[in-house]
Amino acid sequence: MARAVTPQKKALWTVLAWIVGLIIFFPILWIILTSFKTEATAIADPPVWFFFDWTTENYGIVQDRSDYFRFLWNSVILSVGSTAVGILIAVPAAWSMAFVPGRRTKDILMWMLSTKMLPAVGVLFPIVLIAKWLNMYDSYILLIGVLTLINLPIIVWMLYTYFKEIPVDILEAARMDGATLRSEILYILTPMAIPGIASTVLLNIILAWNEAFWTLNLTTVSAAPLTKFIASYSSPEGLFFAKLSAASTMAIAPILILGWFSQKQLVRGLTFGAVK
Amino acid sequence: MGRITLDKVTKRFGEVEVIPPLDLTIDDGEFVVFVGPSGCGKSTLLRLIAGLEDVSSGQIRIDGEDATQAPPAKRKLAMVFQSYALYPHMSVRKNIAFPLRMAGIDKAEQDRRIENAAKVLNLTDYLERRPGQLSGGQRQRVAIGRAIVREPAAFLFDEPLSNLDAALRVGMRLEISELHERLKTTMIYVTHDQVEAMTMADKIVVLRAGNIEQVGSPLTLYREPRNLFVAGFIGSPKMNLIDGAEAAKHGARTIGIRPEHIDVSPQAGTWEGTVGVSEHLGSDTFFHVHVDGMKEPITVRAGGEVGLHHGDKVYLTPQPERIHRFDDKGLRIA
Amino acid sequence: MATQHSRSAARLMMAPAVFVLLVWMLVPLIMTLYFSVLDYRPMRGAFDCCVGLSNYTSFLTSSAFLDSILVTLVMVGGILAITVVGGVALALLLDKPIWGQGIVRILVIAPFFVMPTVSALVWKNMFMDPVNGLLAHLWEFFGAEPISWLSDLPLFSIILIVSWQWLPFATLILLTAIQSLDSEQLEAAEMDGAPGYSRFLWIILPHMARAITVVILIQTIFLLSIFAEIFVTTNGAFGTRTLTYLVYQRVIESQNVGLGSAGGIIAVILANIVAIFLMRIVGKNLDA
Repeated sequence: MARAVTPQKKALWTVLAWIVGLIIFFPILWIILTSFKTEATAIADPPVWFFFDWTTENYGIVQDRSDYFRFLWNSVILSVGSTAVGILIAVPAAWSMAFVPGRRTKDILMWMLSTKMLPAVGVLFPIVLIAKWLNMYDSYILLIGVLTLINLPIIVWMLYTYFKEIPVDILEAARMDGATLRSEILYILTPMAIPGIASTVLLNIILAWNEAFWTLNLTTVSAAPLTKFIASYSSPEGLFFAKLSAASTMAIAPILILGWFSQKQLVRGLTFGAVK
Repeated sequence: MGRITLDKVTKRFGEVEVIPPLDLTIDDGEFVVFVGPSGCGKSTLLRLIAGLEDVSSGQIRIDGEDATQAPPAKRKLAMVFQSYALYPHMSVRKNIAFPLRMAGIDKAEQDRRIENAAKVLNLTDYLERRPGQLSGGQRQRVAIGRAIVREPAAFLFDEPLSNLDAALRVGMRLEISELHERLKTTMIYVTHDQVEAMTMADKIVVLRAGNIEQVGSPLTLYREPRNLFVAGFIGSPKMNLIDGAEAAKHGARTIGIRPEHIDVSPQAGTWEGTVGVSEHLGSDTFFHVHVDGMKEPITVRAGGEVGLHHGDKVYLTPQPERIHRFDDKGLRIA
Repeated sequence: MATQHSRSAARLMMAPAVFVLLVWMLVPLIMTLYFSVLDYRPMRGAFDCCVGLSNYTSFLTSSAFLDSILVTLVMVGGILAITVVGGVALALLLDKPIWGQGIVRILVIAPFFVMPTVSALVWKNMFMDPVNGLLAHLWEFFGAEPISWLSDLPLFSIILIVSWQWLPFATLILLTAIQSLDSEQLEAAEMDGAPGYSRFLWIILPHMARAITVVILIQTIFLLSIFAEIFVTTNGAFGTRTLTYLVYQRVIESQNVGLGSAGGIIAVILANIVAIFLMRIVGKNLDA
């Protein structure tokens, strides 16, 4: 609102908002702080806040013990790979739905969304079985495939809502200018939709990175991403808060940073364009 | 070359027939304007010629070749859109180059043609800018530039001036007319504005509900409108249409007389009436005169400085040779 | 509006997406359907064809099923209540003129990006541990007896953890909705003499109604399949076994594929009933 507000009121709201914001953020802050403590300080009673001997030894230990970088690498491959494959399949589909809508377009979009709602447990066993038959259990291909499929409806939907905002005139102009369908998509649509495609990519990397049902159940070692890496810390073993914190920080840091960049698109993507 | 023939072309959207069977020939080098009220099917007709829509039946021939099934890219036509449809992510140069790039024309020839078009359209200084940095008139020129570099068989214009302000519109109208004089290429121009149609066209096609009401030169349409619709649509201000006893005197159901073909006199004349609203344009004045026994006021054009006022008594005399007569079906009586 | 040519191109380009999703949906579902009428327990080597609907009857009549439905309802309902009410309040707060609004937004949204396994593990050990957890320290600080969260209040604890993760989502969407409200409307209401609370009740809340519905429905879809949080914290013990988790246990842990598959099909049917409502809402927005 363009209205002037008294500084007192503004100060009051500011203090209140910051307190609430910090409370919500606190667990993450605490993880990060604890990751720099020794195990002994990590469970000190009363807790120590900022004034302790900062150490990075936990990061080294976690890397040595659980080979963080291998899981990180797997997370990157799975999230980026599944997003890339998803985009390749979704761009042509979204083009069709946005620019050549037919009588059934709406139904197809709805149906795609409905596949997202199938409870995964209902089909877990068949998928495991198929994966083992094909000898693909715990492989990149399987995981990239599954992650692509579970996020494909969201990718199609997001691209569809972005494409709809591009005036069809411009694509028709390209057609009149002699562009083939391929040139039309490659030289006109894609460059114009870059911001939308970028947000779609970003959001889907986040979703794939944090996906914890399929990645936990379909991997053991070789394709296991960070979700699995963290799950290996679930059984307590003596003093382990600092190490757990270091591992957690490393698991969430990349995506937290990426997520902050994409918070605006998140609204649109996760509500399938219903809230912009 | 650019001779376009439509042979019994129809278009249906589902059950709705937007264009009933329609025949039309556009000769090479002609400037043809499709004009009609909104929803008359003029844009659809243009899109059918462009290949952006399929015809439901009939045939479209371009230079004698059947182009009915050809995709837009293969029809050798260029189009200027109402929204200009410039590629926002490309510079003006790249916009103009795009059709050449698609046609696989070599770089040197591309540059030559772009420089040429830019010179003709006064765009030389703007070639490196993005469309977003240009004014409405400049964008319009880029759209035209993109069309002319291809040296198409014909240009299609879809209401190209409707997004410009009034002053710019008059200027662009002249530029497009000059362009036609220079290029001598067939142009098909769609508009709802009969002034644009009258001022630019070699041939006007008046459309209503997908039907061609009349085809002819601007002056033919002005002098001999084939029916009531054309009579009312062409000319500004509109022709006065009078029913009833006055029409019966001339042996017609309806008679029409244009405002500029009525003489005004304070003393004597055929019809007696009272001056209502008057519109002073400086060069001309339009009076709306309430004539006794007529439902609608009669619009009359008079000189710029005729001293008549609201409520004055006047006498109107239609020029007898300029009276248009229409029969029961609204058709012209020769 | 398009030509036959572009329509056939469109169909062709839509085909891959439609095809893979169709396969992804149908093949496993048909297999599950098939398994659900078998007595199939790989560990015991049992594989008897066609026990009819007995898996369904035993799944539906077991007390575990009714319990799991109840747990699911309480869990999803609790999380929805916390996130929606909290989300509306937070969105209103963040919409106020405040210094550093961007930073506060970033702080508030952060939990949504935390991997579910991380969030569950950290809450379980570092906050809810009755001895070393931070909440235990807090309770002690006020002289109270520390709570053994995950064994005494397991369902509530999971609701708390998941709400922490989803509150940012609700806040962000509701904030976006509030910010799209035309401020002239509010000014007009103010001119009409409406006090603050009635402006909220009659203008802001109705304006947010659609966003709230969307939040509820989308969260429901995700919350119905909560897995990692339960897996890591209680493993389904202490009355935290949702329908999803019950099916998971039947299939994977007790390796009773037939029974679990029947449960899976039931879960699919129930989820679809919820999904139909979501479709209606999203479908309406398609035309807008």
